[in-house]
Amino acid sequence: MLKDIDEMLLTSEKKRENLIPILQRIQQRHAYLSPDAMKLVALHLGISSSEVYGVATFYNQFRFHPPGKHQIKVCLGTACHVVGGDIILENFERKLGIKDGETTPDREFSIERVACVGCCALAPVAVVDDVVQACMAPSKVEGILLGFDIERERDEREKQESEASQ
Amino acid sequence: MKRLNSIEDLEVLRQQILEQRKSIRKRVRICGGPGCHSGGGERLIEAFQKLLDEKGVGHEYMVTQTGCHGFCARGPIVVIEPANIFYERVKVERVPEIFERSVLGDDLVDDLLFVSEETGEKIVREKDIPFYAHQERIIFNDTGLTWSTEIDDYIARGGYSALAKVLSGMKPEEVIEEVKISGLRGRGGGGFPTGVKWESCRKAHGEMKYVICNADEGDPGAYMDRALLEGTPHQVIEGMIIGAYAIGAREGYLYCRYEYPLAVKHANRALDQAREYGLLGDNILGTEFCLDMFVNRGAGAFICGESTALMASLEGKLGEPRGKHIHTVEKGLWNRPSNLNNVESWASVPLIVNQGGQWFASIGTERSKGTKIFSVVGKINNTGLVEVAMGTPLRKIVYDIGGGIPGGKRFKAVQTGGPSGGCVPEELIDLAVDFEQLKKAGSMMGSGGMIVMDEDTCMVDVARYFLNFLVQESCGKCVPCRVGVKRMHEIVSNMCEGKAEPGDIEHLEELCDTIQEAALCGLGKSAPNPVASTLRYFRDEYDAHVLEKRCPAKVCKPLLTYEIDTEKCTGCGLCRLRCPEGAIIGAKKECHCIDEELCVRCGICIENCKFGAIYIE
Ligand SMILES: Cc1cc2nc3c(=O)[nH]c(=O)nc-3n(C[C@H](O)[C@H](O)[C@H](O)COP(=O)(O)O)c2cc1C
Ligand code: FES
Repeated sequence: MLKDIDEMLLTSEKKRENLIPILQRIQQRHAYLSPDAMKLVALHLGISSSEVYGVATFYNQFRFHPPGKHQIKVCLGTACHVVGGDIILENFERKLGIKDGETTPDREFSIERVACVGCCALAPVAVVDDVVQACMAPSKVEGILLGFDIERERDEREKQESEASQ
Repeated sequence: MKRLNSIEDLEVLRQQILEQRKSIRKRVRICGGPGCHSGGGERLIEAFQKLLDEKGVGHEYMVTQTGCHGFCARGPIVVIEPANIFYERVKVERVPEIFERSVLGDDLVDDLLFVSEETGEKIVREKDIPFYAHQERIIFNDTGLTWSTEIDDYIARGGYSALAKVLSGMKPEEVIEEVKISGLRGRGGGGFPTGVKWESCRKAHGEMKYVICNADEGDPGAYMDRALLEGTPHQVIEGMIIGAYAIGAREGYLYCRYEYPLAVKHANRALDQAREYGLLGDNILGTEFCLDMFVNRGAGAFICGESTALMASLEGKLGEPRGKHIHTVEKGLWNRPSNLNNVESWASVPLIVNQGGQWFASIGTERSKGTKIFSVVGKINNTGLVEVAMGTPLRKIVYDIGGGIPGGKRFKAVQTGGPSGGCVPEELIDLAVDFEQLKKAGSMMGSGGMIVMDEDTCMVDVARYFLNFLVQESCGKCVPCRVGVKRMHEIVSNMCEGKAEPGDIEHLEELCDTIQEAALCGLGKSAPNPVASTLRYFRDEYDAHVLEKRCPAKVCKPLLTYEIDTEKCTGCGLCRLRCPEGAIIGAKKECHCIDEELCVRCGICIENCKFGAIYIE
């Protein structure tokens, strides 16, 4: 990961205003910002790592821990709130046994809250692995998670089968 | 793509494109707006395109993905030109049928037409649907008509002709004068006269000046800027180029919210296309005028919608605002003169230049000119984006266009202006919506979010919601905002949890006044608004929470219990099976009951009960 970031930094200009775009690119590729990654960026731009950390923690977009394999974002914008967005969030939290901002111990799921994804007409909305799920209801939460369970079981079965046939 | 080296070249290109398209008999417009796209609109385009290719009729028929049509409640939307047949809620399975009957043939697919709720009649043409018929679509007109990612489509529709007009002999001062005559006021929230802002920026000293587009759209519940930037990025860009010419700027930035990846993509693509045609870069359209523009992605901070914080963020710093005594038009980005406008403001500019400031000024009210796009969402039938003239009565927006409240519920209020705004209650339903009237009612225009609330919405909960939002989004620079808003949130949370004490409301009022006076930037100064305005109109609800520990709208969970109606319960046991907490007990075929201690009020039993036997007390 650090090698990749090093290479990426080579292609970006050493300008202070590039700080946020650089952090965004790192997160896009590696899903989060590690302390070492931020140190590299600081070195590259010639600013202190505390400054990089300060900027990164100011903005909601940046994560400092690796997220789960499946990312669940529940919209709590105004339009979603008035039609029960918090109930959707609670249902995800209860089903997965974690709170928003956390990741399940098996690193399969993480939950985040977001303020408006711009699909207010479909409220309440959740974004699961970048797919917008419209008109959410508690039973739909179960359905989505069940879908992932089935997928995982199938993958495991296929893996076992292919191992057995070898 | 060939670079356009003169203003005449643009006109030649337009004629060429029109010539090429002469053979097209029908065009299928598929909405690619946020609502329709997530509802399966993407697959529709592929399906239509596949049929076109299979049948080999691509020279006669054309499929285009457009921006948002606005009527998101009925998406995915398909419109067939030239008759403008409107099909709603189209599923991909229906594509072959539509293609056979309405594209190749001239027939209608009856069951996909819009049905009027009042008369039960089927409506064929897009424009005849009440949702559209009552609107005045000017700025937001092209979004549903043009192919959002193709500059040629925009040019064919007359795009960049306003820029051509400006560059073929209008002096910068004349452009500014035209915008001043139009009376256009900023659509981002403040409502500052755009022409005046441009003039001060033009007069400011400095070699290097900037134009910036505020596409941060932080107001949760509003998405018109997203729809504009995704749907007609060139309209926004053309506006910015004209603005840059008038001001004397040589660089431009589009600061786009990070939750809107598609808008970033379309804006970047549009900039590339404009550059290739020589509409950006050195010697635009063969004139002396040079300008380049870039897209910057926000990183998820509401405060970065504020002008000075936005500029700090563009510089790669913390998005902290600064005091208003230094004007950004003189010392903005990198301390150079900078002119910031909202997406919708920029998108209005080409129309003003083309049709004249007088024309724009003829729409609207005395002091609020033109039209405004609202995102009408929440407890309303026709959720979507709506453009009306300033001064349109709220009743028209909610009932004639919005189609009223679902489920026969009673209308309670409209929240406008986002987290800095307030509520307009039922008794003011005939309010003429413009900058002044909203302000008088204790709310504000903001960026144009309108969240409709019905009798089931708790106003104390709404206030708590916004306070929570502001606590999280406060940048922390000044104490009144950092500490004061937090205290307000605590008080209101206590009310929602039944822990409030008499006197808390008075405490809240005191805090409102102090924070309004003392906070540094717009976020803090307006943070008490949601509380002040709900207190003004719905004080009885606050009283019920504080004195009776009761939530009249049945929203605040700690104040509620779930109950089972013994008359309606059939003992089917579905709720017992579904309850995640095991809080429901009862024998088969006998009336069930809920253990109040275990119940977490998740709502699953209500959703699952087929007999409507579970209610909230
Ligand atoms: C806390 C805060 C948030 C704001 N958010 C936005 C926003 O999301 N979009 C926007 O266009 N303007 C926003 N504004 C208003 C801008 O500061 C600025 O007035 C506006 O972008 C200027 O453009 P206009 O004159 O075209 O409206 C915000 C202001 C404040 C105080
Ligand atoms: S409020 Fe949830 S998508 Fe806008």
